Amino acid sequence: MWRDRNLMTDEPLVLGIETSCDETGVGIVRGHTLLADAVASSVDEHARFGGVVPEVASRAHLEAMVPTIERACETAGITPYDVDAIAVTSGPGLAGALLVGVAAAKALAIGLGKPLYGVNHLASHVAVDQLEHGPLPEPVLAMLVSGGHSSLLRVEDVTTGVTPLGATIDDAAGEAFDKVARLLSLPFPGGPHIDREARSGSSVAIDFPRGLTSRKDLERHRFDFSFSGLKTAVARWVEARERSGEPVPVANVAASFQEAVCDVLVRKALDAATDQGIEDLLIGGGVAANSRLRAMAESRAEPLGIRVRVPRPGLCTDNGAMVAALGAEMVARGRTPSALDLPADSSQPVTSVLV
Amino acid sequence: MMLAFDTATRLVTVALHDGADVVAELSGDAPMKHGEQLAPLIAGALERAGIVRQDLTAIGVGVGPGPFTGLRVGLVTARTLGFVLEIPVYGVCTLDVLAVEAATTGAVQGDFAVATDARRKEVYWATYDGDGHRLDGPVVDKPAALATDLPVAGEGPGLYPEAFPHAVAPTRPSAGWLAHAIAEERAELLDPEPLYLRRPDAAASHAPKPVS
Ligand SMILES: [Zn+2]
Repeated sequence: MWRDRNLMTDEPLVLGIETSCDETGVGIVRGHTLLADAVASSVDEHARFGGVVPEVASRAHLEAMVPTIERACETAGITPYDVDAIAVTSGPGLAGALLVGVAAAKALAIGLGKPLYGVNHLASHVAVDQLEHGPLPEPVLAMLVSGGHSSLLRVEDVTTGVTPLGATIDDAAGEAFDKVARLLSLPFPGGPHIDREARSGSSVAIDFPRGLTSRKDLERHRFDFSFSGLKTAVARWVEARERSGEPVPVANVAASFQEAVCDVLVRKALDAATDQGIEDLLIGGGVAANSRLRAMAESRAEPLGIRVRVPRPGLCTDNGAMVAALGAEMVARGRTPSALDLPADSSQPVTSVLV
Repeated sequence: MMLAFDTATRLVTVALHDGADVVAELSGDAPMKHGEQLAPLIAGALERAGIVRQDLTAIGVGVGPGPFTGLRVGLVTARTLGFVLEIPVYGVCTLDVLAVEAATTGAVQGDFAVATDARRKEVYWATYDGDGHRLDGPVVDKPAALATDLPVAGEGPGLYPEAFPHAVAPTRPSAGWLAHAIAEERAELLDPEPLYLRRPDAAASHAPKPVS
């Protein structure tokens, strides 16, 4: 039994399962060391719909689950019986998709006789950085930016809870990338394509709005984001161009849009860190893979004496390794495992990191 | 020792079969809570029968048709358990489980049908001979299109009495009968693949996805 292990001398070997959206992720870590990160994605099946179709994602999770577990174990060079614990994303995410992962995790827990940890997807995006940069500074200011979330969090101890400071009041940053990509006839998901186009464009060609940065907005929404107005401004600008019969300068639109998003994100993240007296900023989630966001955060943080941590792009997008990383931290810190009736909670609040 | 379960209707059912008979059978009491109830019921059945997971030699699972979310809970559980315990997983059409029980307990003589709730004002449907062998189906359709005076097992007659006036037991599948059906080879053994019978609704999620 896992309780017999000497936790002081042997770092926990944890298998993590992530199925909150369209990727079936199974990761295996030992403490802060990544051993395997197997991901099967159904993104191609969703591309023609311009967004994730929940039922298609759920069907794909069922088909991919066992092969992905098998692949992760092979890569890590372990058998499932070697693991000390199972961790799984219990929420937030798409309800039907989450349920496939949670059920598989319970089956592993029963079949292997090992403890189960149902953990928060967003906290996992924070914990994953330990696989790249070692133990998290405490506290750390985390900015999570993805297709469904844009939030600023104060993290004292990632295994016990995080404090939300601000979040998007409408679209998520990644969603804005997808929508603008569609306007520019770039493929889904839009983030990487905008990033690539932007490299040959001018970020100051078009002056797009910065949401919630006016003096008045800062009073009520100092650490909140809004990207809906920006998305509309880009749409109007592109439509006006098309109406006048002129070609749309895709690279300039992409670069100027990206600059507007990154400017707001970085400005607010650094403001929050300064306000909280926190010297470490961690950026996670799919949008953290954006090259401009990383570069801008680093250059603006330095004069403020703030260190920036961004996991490598492969760890920023959804994966099982991040869930395993948080699970390993739960084991290492002696947190109580979840019960077998653990529910999948599509709207699990970020303050609830272990269910 | 075979572990059998079905999650293709509103309630979860779990049983253990020792090769000769059912030695434990449990079912959930809260509808549509498959994800929360299946694992504790499996653990509870093992405990009740006084066996450990290493004693299991096979898994039987109902492959539907049935509401997709619950169905997947059963199938992913069966596949994952089969994988880690390195034991075979046998799938059985959930409608066959009801049919085997109806034919064996004498609830029917001669041909009959099984109809379960497919929501959207439709039923999952199959027809059987008096021995419980499937003649036709499974399909999903409107009750009016399938209306019959034949005896009909499953929840269909309770939901659509005009279409199916001749209701017979059972109304819900039992994992005990699922185990019997497999152990005695009374039903066609299938791969643990879901019988969806419907294509996914091809609309992207418009609510912002909570994470990515
Ligand atoms: Zn995510």
